[in-house]
Amino acid sequence: MRETTGFKTFRIVTLAALGIFVLLPLYVMITSALKPLVDVQGKFTWWPTNFTIQPFIDIWSTIPLASYFVNSVIVSTSASVISVIIAIFASYAVSRWRFRGRNAFTTTILSTQMFPGVLFLLPLYLIFINISQTLGIQLIGSYLGLIITYLTFTLPFAIWMLTGYFDNIPRELDEAAKVDGASAIGTLIRVILPVARPGIVAVLVYSFITAWGEVLFASVLTTQSSRTLAVGLGEYSTQVNVYWNQIMAASVVVSIPVVIGFLLLQRNFVAGLSAGAVK
Amino acid sequence: MVLTTEKPEAAPLRAASGPGAVKVPKKKRAKGWWLPFALIAPAIVFELLIHVIPMIVGIWMSFIKLTQFYIANWSAAPFVGFGNYQIALNFNGAQGQALLSSFLVTCGFTILVVGLAWGFGMAAAVALQKAFRGRAIFRTMFLIPYAVPMYAGIITWKFMFQQNTGVINQILGSLHLIDPNNPPFWLIGDNAFGAMVIVAIWKLWPFAFLMLMAGLQTINEDLYEAASLDGAKPFRQWRNITLPGLGAVNNVLLLVLFLWTFNDFNTPFILFGGGEPPAGDLISFHIYNTSFITLNFGFGAAMSVLLLLFLMFVSAIYLVFINRRSRRA
Repeated sequence: MRETTGFKTFRIVTLAALGIFVLLPLYVMITSALKPLVDVQGKFTWWPTNFTIQPFIDIWSTIPLASYFVNSVIVSTSASVISVIIAIFASYAVSRWRFRGRNAFTTTILSTQMFPGVLFLLPLYLIFINISQTLGIQLIGSYLGLIITYLTFTLPFAIWMLTGYFDNIPRELDEAAKVDGASAIGTLIRVILPVARPGIVAVLVYSFITAWGEVLFASVLTTQSSRTLAVGLGEYSTQVNVYWNQIMAASVVVSIPVVIGFLLLQRNFVAGLSAGAVK
Repeated sequence: MVLTTEKPEAAPLRAASGPGAVKVPKKKRAKGWWLPFALIAPAIVFELLIHVIPMIVGIWMSFIKLTQFYIANWSAAPFVGFGNYQIALNFNGAQGQALLSSFLVTCGFTILVVGLAWGFGMAAAVALQKAFRGRAIFRTMFLIPYAVPMYAGIITWKFMFQQNTGVINQILGSLHLIDPNNPPFWLIGDNAFGAMVIVAIWKLWPFAFLMLMAGLQTINEDLYEAASLDGAKPFRQWRNITLPGLGAVNNVLLLVLFLWTFNDFNTPFILFGGGEPPAGDLISFHIYNTSFITLNFGFGAAMSVLLLLFLMFVSAIYLVFINRRSRRA
């Protein structure tokens, strides 16, 4: 199609304006991480003239960043993997059977998106305490409590998206597998899952990003030893000093794995979205 | 979201190809009837434990006087009926007034953030709809704020909004929009609202972009071809092809953006920390602070329930409106 001058102008203006908007914080984050503390406490400068990589060394000793990092990796990975597995089973059921309570199930799950976090934060905390008192399962300050909380947060969107995705997979494939003698679970594993890979990757990425960035529940459900990055990063601001250069360096460090992972899977993610959620 | 799950589907697998269904004597259920229930069971267990039961406990908590004296032994807290609600809804009292002003701030915040985040996402998706040199670079770049962990993005903005050391006042000063010797505060006072809106849009709009971009891929290219042969200008093509083609996406997207933004806690929490200005007092943050400062968790729960009722009300009206419009179309 021919492009009009009007459209070209629109495109240039939009891309330039949004490009600056998106990149400005990233630029500030990276350059400030390469400045000594005195420089970030003075007037802002566009270029790190007293270039140093010291902040990237100091961040590991100012706070126990490495241990927070490990905690975040364990919690986010477990939560997203388990969430996807549970969502696969549930979506398979919703997509392939018309069972009693099917609509009630999908409606309830989706309406949990409406729940304000502050409403069930304290009850959840109290329930976790009660569980540890009666059953002896430690849920506050342990990985387990945070993992089951996060995996539940991502379940609704995951189930909704995968159901859409599975609905698009022709039932003839199921039938063919059945004729070959495959059970329902065998069909899911050998036929559906390979076809649905982009959708599953998309859900996995979404779940991981959500868990990696969650703040509110992490601030209440973790203790010093299980603290995640989302809460731990606040410790760079002490009573005496705000180590802005180290905060920026730590922000770079916690962003890099997610951003790189996301950009590598980007194609899959968009393909999964358009086939699953968007119809 | 509910809308998209309601489309007609093929006959159930079990009924279509179950030879057992004929032989099984009546009253006995078909072989494997339990399978779908077993498949959704794990999801139900976790939803009950983390979402549904705490929710019910939260509603119950809103009817008791759960203060710090009872927190260790919360079943002993006295029942106060609608007492907590009366305090919250008494707009002449200090607590009620604070809640009302926080609610109004949140409404303004939500309208601006959802509107602009959607607008930015739409503009970017349309600008990148057709192939041109450099498209992949822009697409990747625009998605970065979605992948950057929320706290890292927000804390960077907090640094940028510092009065004397921040880049925002530096830019405004060099454009002569502010007095560089007396730069404004961005995180204190009324400016905090604007700062909060900008930060929230920055981290939200890539999601709108992502969804709209995915939606655009499902629109048939030939429609544009035909329209441009008919002499339709780009804007008319957008109105008559793109917008209707994105109908299903927009229905879900706008609702989700609304719910996420209205419940936003992270932005004010990280941006302002403890000393939140009234202009930045979003409702989730307000409830959290009130609960932990007054240590009256029953009152906090009552305010949360009111928030939930409001969200349910708005969502219900929205869904009815959408349904009616799609039926008319």
